[in-house]
Amino acid sequence: MTIAPTATLPPEGPLSPDGPTAESMAGESLWKGAWQRLRRNPMALIGGGIMAVFVFVALFAPLLAPYEPASTEWTELSTPFFVQGSNSEHLLGIDRWGSDMLTQLIFGARQSLIIGVVSTLIGLFAGALLGTLAGGLGGKVDTVIMRFVDILLSIPSLLLAISIAAAMGKSSFALMVAIGAAQIPIFARLLRSTMLSQSRSDYVLAANALGLRRRNIILGHILPNSLGPTIVQATLNLATAIIEVAALSFLGLGEDDPAVAEWGRMIVSGQDRFQIAPWLAFYPGICIAITALGFTLLGEALREALDPKQRR
Amino acid sequence: MTVEYVPGQPQSQPQTTIAGHGDRPLLTVTDLSVTFTRRGRAPVHAVDDVSFQIRAGEHVGLVGESGSGKSVTSLAIMGLLPRGGVEVAGSVDFDGQELIGLDTATMRNLRGQELAMVFQDPMTSLNPVITVGRQITEVLKRHRDLDKADARTEAVDLLTKVGIPDPARRVGDYPHQLSGGMRQRVLIAIALACQPRLLIADEPTTALDVTIQAQILELLRELVSGSQTALLMITHDLGVVAGLCDRVHVMYSGRIVESAERRQLFARPRHPYTGGLMASIPRLDQPRGVPLTPIPGSPTDTLPWSQGCAFAPRCPNSEVDCRMHTPALEPADNRALRCFHPLTTDPRSVGATHA
Repeated sequence: MTIAPTATLPPEGPLSPDGPTAESMAGESLWKGAWQRLRRNPMALIGGGIMAVFVFVALFAPLLAPYEPASTEWTELSTPFFVQGSNSEHLLGIDRWGSDMLTQLIFGARQSLIIGVVSTLIGLFAGALLGTLAGGLGGKVDTVIMRFVDILLSIPSLLLAISIAAAMGKSSFALMVAIGAAQIPIFARLLRSTMLSQSRSDYVLAANALGLRRRNIILGHILPNSLGPTIVQATLNLATAIIEVAALSFLGLGEDDPAVAEWGRMIVSGQDRFQIAPWLAFYPGICIAITALGFTLLGEALREALDPKQRR
Repeated sequence: MTVEYVPGQPQSQPQTTIAGHGDRPLLTVTDLSVTFTRRGRAPVHAVDDVSFQIRAGEHVGLVGESGSGKSVTSLAIMGLLPRGGVEVAGSVDFDGQELIGLDTATMRNLRGQELAMVFQDPMTSLNPVITVGRQITEVLKRHRDLDKADARTEAVDLLTKVGIPDPARRVGDYPHQLSGGMRQRVLIAIALACQPRLLIADEPTTALDVTIQAQILELLRELVSGSQTALLMITHDLGVVAGLCDRVHVMYSGRIVESAERRQLFARPRHPYTGGLMASIPRLDQPRGVPLTPIPGSPTDTLPWSQGCAFAPRCPNSEVDCRMHTPALEPADNRALRCFHPLTTDPRSVGATHA
């Protein structure tokens, strides 16, 4: 008997299939593992729960709301010195224009979701496009794009959003573009850096050794492997976007139509009655806070789940 | 198993010209030098005036420790070195076409079609988010203009050829669902998909366990032997070379120190470095408990070639002149040898005295 490991070599014969080894266990799919970690994380469950409720309410607002969103039949009930609070007809009372608070809040969720999601998508796509060009092509293209992104980044995001919203006029679409534009630098920088580190991987070298076209390598190999952190960032950005929607509406840059319920504007209309009816500002405020918290919790949990350092 | 692993010849592959050239080498590397430069640091000569030839169908081994420049040589041939901070000099002639300085578009057309490469680590050389089937069909579509259905059939065929069981199901698998050995089989299938005329295998078995290593080598041998595909096997393992290669070049610190036909080299290694490599192979006929015989020192203990023999600090035969003059690669004893004081005795006993 010898010490050489080659002694265990099988004799001549057909090539036997390699059975599953320990390696195949270690190389577990990134997303599958992430999902398992996510399910065990209470933070993710809370965040996911809040998000589910929010999306549900936003989608089924017309079915859930007790009244029409723009109805103001109870105008006479509110005077400058009296705002009707919670009662059996109006669970959360009515606002100064005589609209049902609960209905307003439910439709406000819809508005926040639409603007939040669309603006994040605008930021995501524009940022991803710039990031892919910069990270994929490198060189001069990279330098030019990243300097442009740096300029965008040097402007405070809220200021940038205000400028764009003001320039485009008061509309929901202007709000979406404004908030989306402010998110572009975040996505562009994140995707670029992930793509740069991915492009040094062995599989990219191997793809190059096969003579695949550059476009194919960038879009088909590097990009799909780089999207994880960007998707997480998008979840986190949704929270910021919802807050910014409210902030811009609060500043009077939001939707022009008063019949459209919007949480930020509800706070504005509530603030001059703050001493006699604090709930008018409090309810929309708490809605914004809880929704933003939900997205943040989920985003953070997703980030932890996808972080390779967290893996055991 | 037959050697005809790809039915039908791609039109772009002029099989007839190989026969027409007769004994003309397929690949001629002449005075290839690769220098890594970095601002504020001394340039590193990773590959230094390396010359060798490979004929069609020939299997050539490039042997050396980590850092001897063998992988860089292969990347230089493939044109895969990074663009910044690298100077490549010399000539790489592939069937009459100069590869050094070739424009990127032409080089991309050659890669994967005429020249292919199998890398060291099958765990990281496959894209984790794409099915293995797509990674094979991608190459077929790129170089052989197959449509989707044909490419898939061909992919299943290739997987069968490399010995993957149930290939029709496996084409839909992701790399993480395959073991290391299976992944290396997939990578070999991808590399051979277009019947390249030169296959470079860069330590294809290093990351695998010993039984799988033997299987993969056997597979490579089966697939390339008898075909027109030339094989450049890059390895630190002389055992791999012994079973597979017709000719062996031993590299040390960026230069070839000994080149010989396989039998000549193994029967009588002349360079002390080659001797040391052979002495360090664990042997089955040794009694238990005998320690392995390493080459003393590490690859970092080198002299610059410009000052003498780079191997001198680790060499049992070194004398004063080794550190004063640079030995040249000269023909001697059916081989090319770069040494002032070559081995005359059996290397195993020489190595043993230094254990």
